[in-house]
Amino acid sequence: MTAALRFDPIRLPPECERLRKEVRAFLADEIAAGTFDPHQPNREDTDAPEFSRRVGERGWLGMTWPKKYGGHERTFLERYVVTEEMRVANAPTRRFFVADRQSGPVLLKYAPEHVKMDILPRICRGEVCFAIGMSEPNSGSDLFAAKTKATKTDGGFLINGTKIWTSSAHIADYMIAIFRTSPPTKENRRHGLTQFLVKMKQPGIQVNPIGQITGQYEFNEVVFTDYFVPDDHMLGEIDGAWKQATSELAYERSGPERFLETYYVLTELVRAVGNNPDTRSAEGIGRLVAQLHTMRRMSVSVAGMLQAGKEPVVEASIVKDIGTVWEQQLPHRVRDLAAFVEENATNRETLENQLSFAIKTAPKLTIQGGTTEVLRGIIARGLGLR
Amino acid sequence: MAESENIVAETAEKIFADLADAQTINSDSDGGWKAPLWQALTEAGLPLAWVPDDLGGSGASLAEGFSVLSAAGRFAVAVPLAETMLAGWLLAQAKIASPEGEMTVAPASPRDRITLNADGTLSGRARGVPFAKVAKHIAVLAGGANGPSIALVDAAAVRIEAGLNLGGDASDTLTFANVAPIKIKPAPKGFDQTALMLMGGVARSLQIAGALESMLDISVRYSNERVAFEKKISKFQAVQHNLAKLAGESAAALAAATSAADAIANGTSFDDAFFLEAASAKIRCSEAAEKGAAIAHQVHGAIGFTVEHILHRYTLRALAWRDDFGSESYWAVELGKLVAARGADELWPLVASR
Repeated sequence: MTAALRFDPIRLPPECERLRKEVRAFLADEIAAGTFDPHQPNREDTDAPEFSRRVGERGWLGMTWPKKYGGHERTFLERYVVTEEMRVANAPTRRFFVADRQSGPVLLKYAPEHVKMDILPRICRGEVCFAIGMSEPNSGSDLFAAKTKATKTDGGFLINGTKIWTSSAHIADYMIAIFRTSPPTKENRRHGLTQFLVKMKQPGIQVNPIGQITGQYEFNEVVFTDYFVPDDHMLGEIDGAWKQATSELAYERSGPERFLETYYVLTELVRAVGNNPDTRSAEGIGRLVAQLHTMRRMSVSVAGMLQAGKEPVVEASIVKDIGTVWEQQLPHRVRDLAAFVEENATNRETLENQLSFAIKTAPKLTIQGGTTEVLRGIIARGLGLR
Repeated sequence: MAESENIVAETAEKIFADLADAQTINSDSDGGWKAPLWQALTEAGLPLAWVPDDLGGSGASLAEGFSVLSAAGRFAVAVPLAETMLAGWLLAQAKIASPEGEMTVAPASPRDRITLNADGTLSGRARGVPFAKVAKHIAVLAGGANGPSIALVDAAAVRIEAGLNLGGDASDTLTFANVAPIKIKPAPKGFDQTALMLMGGVARSLQIAGALESMLDISVRYSNERVAFEKKISKFQAVQHNLAKLAGESAAALAAATSAADAIANGTSFDDAFFLEAASAKIRCSEAAEKGAAIAHQVHGAIGFTVEHILHRYTLRALAWRDDFGSESYWAVELGKLVAARGADELWPLVASR
């Protein structure tokens, strides 16, 4: 067989189901207290620092990290349950989500001990927000074309250049970014980039908001002018960021956030059609639910593999490819199915508002965090085609 | 996968590799390969894998049997292995011993009904019953005044109109006109035609997923051999992306089918969560069969459209299997009704139940 793709069925253990109940109760309390409205994914300001701290207090940040850094040494499957419940409830996770999923694990692996001791416990308490500095005005999917320079100086590096499409940079306390420390070599065009931890909200960094077609301002242009980064904020090997980038992908690409982004329109459609749907609505809903269930089982399976210490990069890319295409199409399918919903359905206005937002959100889902084209290239490599 | 599943699956794989090589059987027009294959499968105890020892079978676990079906799908096996396994399983539900030889199950469609008459005979019609023409016995689920019954019927007592499915395998119409069964017993409490259809649907889902694995495998190999425009076609990005999509469909089918099989093997009741697993598997695997078969043929070009090439053995069977034990449209309607009846706020708890 060419490609031994593995998606072994994982049954969530009992501790996950206990945890799920706790998370649901917590979110119900937050909704009752007015922290957020689960029916309103398109709120103006998705930053919720107090909510973030309360999530940290519950022990739901840095769940899989060592206790000495403030973590809780729980399983990837437990983290999975917390993530999916938050996502389905439309909880405001912006402030902590990137740090918990991606930046923390990078620091755990590559940061010096004193930096870990300083920052990781604060991530676990929900106090700090992270951004990721990858794309630049002329390098997006082609990550290794990045030009923003880190020039060696006394005790550190001076950064000059521009990052762009940087989500949350306007509220972030830190950014993990790649900068050019050497030119690429003839043999390896990926050579010469280095990963750094950058402290935001300092002189030398200017954050300019960029309006999105949804009406939100969640990404930014970040301009560095002679910004100083100390030596101990270099992460991993100098010029060797390319070796460090790939193993993160399985974490980043396979989570429930990769197919649940527009889930709310499906719930609202079910509400709108009522308990006795006609055949057309029933079939449409049945297919969507079957597709959703399948993706979730694939995604849980990848979480199980991560828990077992594997690096299922191809499987994770498949989950993101299928999942993001699905969540992109979902609002359009729901719009189709809602076409004959009774004018007087009680939630008609909610559904219409949600559809409008979800349809405007849809185009970004197959672009952010690795485009469909990049993912299919990775899958093709895994199949032995390139 | 547990160790024992591996051994049973490996036994099946080895038999298929030795006696059901796709290229060999594809050029064997008189079907002379079928008898040795069936004999080897029988000697290994696979057709009656799901029948306990005391009822004449080999007493394998559900999980072990499911792994055999995955292997059967990977080889697109055209003998009634899945059907005999399902028949033995159905009979065992009512503690009826399985006879030797090929069997099949009726009904094989959720819309067909067989009725138990007051005089103890069976009446009704079942369409699209796989391999009925070659079966010696038929395991029947019949409805009656006192609820469902399970019966063992001599195939010779039933009128069989021969038909063929897309893959060229027997798919027949059975007419039961006051047929006296060899044995009949009440179905266990809670067991009904939906349970039979879901079990059959999961079997077909595993077979479709297996066939898709093979479609991916032979399509990738072909793309690495075939040269066009002075390079291997696997080097064209359009072809790479098509194959990546095929891998995605194969992965989705595999995940959906094995998840449902796992739910049955480790479940205790046919509840809503189980319905979600089994119905979703049939829906998603059928969708994957459509998308995957189209890509596999596209990659192969004209050669894949020929009788001589083995590709059709997998693509046409995967497409045919969509129709058995309820199509994807049927299960989508049923699943949609279930979801709607539970209400919007109970959708996520259902999806997140495992």
